[in-house]
Amino acid sequence: MYAKQFLNVAGALAVLTMAWGAAPVWAVETIKVDGSSTVFPITEAVAEEFQKEMKGKVQVTVGISGTGGGFKKFCRGETDISNASRPILAKEMEACKKAGFDGTSVISGPRISPKGVEYIELPVAFDALTVVVNPKNDWIKEFKVEELKKMWEPGAQGKVMKWSDVNPAWPNEKLALFGPGADSGTFDYFTDAINGKEKASRGDYTASEDDNTLVQGVSSDKFAIGYFGLAYYVENKDKLKAAPIVAKDATKAVEPSLETVMAGTYQPLARPIFIYVNAKSMEKPEVKEFVNFYLKNAPKLVKEVGYVPLGQEHYDLALKNFNGKKLGTGFGGKNEVGIRVEELLQREGKL
Amino acid sequence: MDDTRHAPDLKVMIARHKLADRAFAVLGVLATLVGLVTLAALIVDLAVDGLPRLSWHFFTSFPSRFAEKAGILSAWVGTALVMLVTLFAAVPLGVAAAVYLEEYAPKNWVTDLIEINVTNLAGVPSIVYGLLALGLFVYALNLGESILTAGLTLALLALPVVIVATREAVRAVPGSIREAAYALGATKWQTVSQNVLPYSLAGIMTGVIISMARAIGETAPLITIGALTFIAFLPPAPLSTQPPFLSFEWLTSPFTVMPIQMFNWVSRPQAEFHLNAAGAGLVLLAMTLLMNALAIYIRYRYRKRIKW
Repeated sequence: MYAKQFLNVAGALAVLTMAWGAAPVWAVETIKVDGSSTVFPITEAVAEEFQKEMKGKVQVTVGISGTGGGFKKFCRGETDISNASRPILAKEMEACKKAGFDGTSVISGPRISPKGVEYIELPVAFDALTVVVNPKNDWIKEFKVEELKKMWEPGAQGKVMKWSDVNPAWPNEKLALFGPGADSGTFDYFTDAINGKEKASRGDYTASEDDNTLVQGVSSDKFAIGYFGLAYYVENKDKLKAAPIVAKDATKAVEPSLETVMAGTYQPLARPIFIYVNAKSMEKPEVKEFVNFYLKNAPKLVKEVGYVPLGQEHYDLALKNFNGKKLGTGFGGKNEVGIRVEELLQREGKL
Repeated sequence: MDDTRHAPDLKVMIARHKLADRAFAVLGVLATLVGLVTLAALIVDLAVDGLPRLSWHFFTSFPSRFAEKAGILSAWVGTALVMLVTLFAAVPLGVAAAVYLEEYAPKNWVTDLIEINVTNLAGVPSIVYGLLALGLFVYALNLGESILTAGLTLALLALPVVIVATREAVRAVPGSIREAAYALGATKWQTVSQNVLPYSLAGIMTGVIISMARAIGETAPLITIGALTFIAFLPPAPLSTQPPFLSFEWLTSPFTVMPIQMFNWVSRPQAEFHLNAAGAGLVLLAMTLLMNALAIYIRYRYRKRIKW
């Protein structure tokens, strides 16, 4: 009797799972994508549309292991496509090359060729970082890169504590800094572009992996300053003020916007973001179709999820690279600030 | 003489102690309120944001880039399936281990060591189980990032709780019941299976459900083993209309769960997605409360029947 009661409980759970009961089971192909959470919304949008287009014949899964975590899986041949908010690094290229070699023999898998994991690098959109201040802030009309550096460089820790420490004309008030945590690709890029070295930053600021927390922080403190992705500013325009940026050798400040990012004038805080496609996976027709669908629909879908699309000519060039199976990365294993997309797409690829 | 001198002192003393008594009562009420008010505020806040989003459509739709079209179908189905695996893995193992430790194990240092370890396991942070599962289930046993892996991972997490609860329940069965069974010539197994287990069932089920309620909200270990975020399809159905009717293909399917879906929505820039997250949070909260209510009901019902 007691056992029966227990089975009832288990049975109730089982019944819950039968909501989709007699669904027909046919062979479906699965495309596996993992990687950066910055690129995620774009790939999600493409996957959503693609699955609708294919009427359930192809399944796409998208994970958020982060750019680094995504490349780890990608270079073990576990995924077809890797989302990346920065180019592949030298040590990751090495890992991809070694895939399938266990020391004594070569094991080739469904995504591993005798040469390891080979890939095609495709820029899919721009991600622009925005430096924001409180709307009540009336002394900031623009930021020079040097000023930002003075605020954020490692040497500023414990020393640059007031606005007047950066520029004597600014108020003698406590500088409240907000920024993403050290695990984020946004942090990597900002430190690279502003401080000149990746991950070199002062540590005494309020860090959060959740950009919405940063929005809250800056919007509730008159003397706050912070940085995060453009999409978070666009959604919170009423609570924040974006500061135009004066690039290093420039004289004019440039406002962060769809137009300036696309024109390539919003520098150095705009960067392309990527997908990497496993070359062996291209043998599967559904992967080839998915990436073609991705690049063709990107201009519309990228805008819909709040990112800045590349120019049409960039997508055309990327399509040509993909279908021509142009292998390797144009970066050679390290990040570059202020790169032009068409130049990148024409560079010789390195594996 | 003494009486007259001490009488005022005594009154003062009593008054002072009564004051202390009242002060503690007030402190106690305040302490309780801190917890309750926080919880209530949290639930009200979630409900205000999330309730308008709860609709049939929300439960039957896949995630989407349009917040108002997005739903939690793949998430709640994933959660239900993962919990099913957890239940079927953790309960037999946990109950068997507890019965062994309580009824069969000789009282020596090996048993002591096992006991200490089990108790300690209940306090290990969940991310550690995630790392263990990544090494063991995903890579060593090659189970991949599947529902099976997730269920087993959460089973590891639930196991110590089940063991500890079962042991408490088994220990609560009076020794006289066992002795009576032995006196009638029952073997140890007959005693355990026909007397001890039925009597402790209420306690065991309570422990099981509470451990499941803990496991259902876990995110960290599942992210570690590679749970996915965007899934717009369901795993193969466990029951089919054609023979052999039962299918276990769903065990190897990729999945997502409620807390991960919530986490993803919360970190979006668009405020509409935050409402979705609140809606999903309400559903998850309801699932947990429902399970706890079930535990209380079962305990109440079974306790009433037992007479000794």
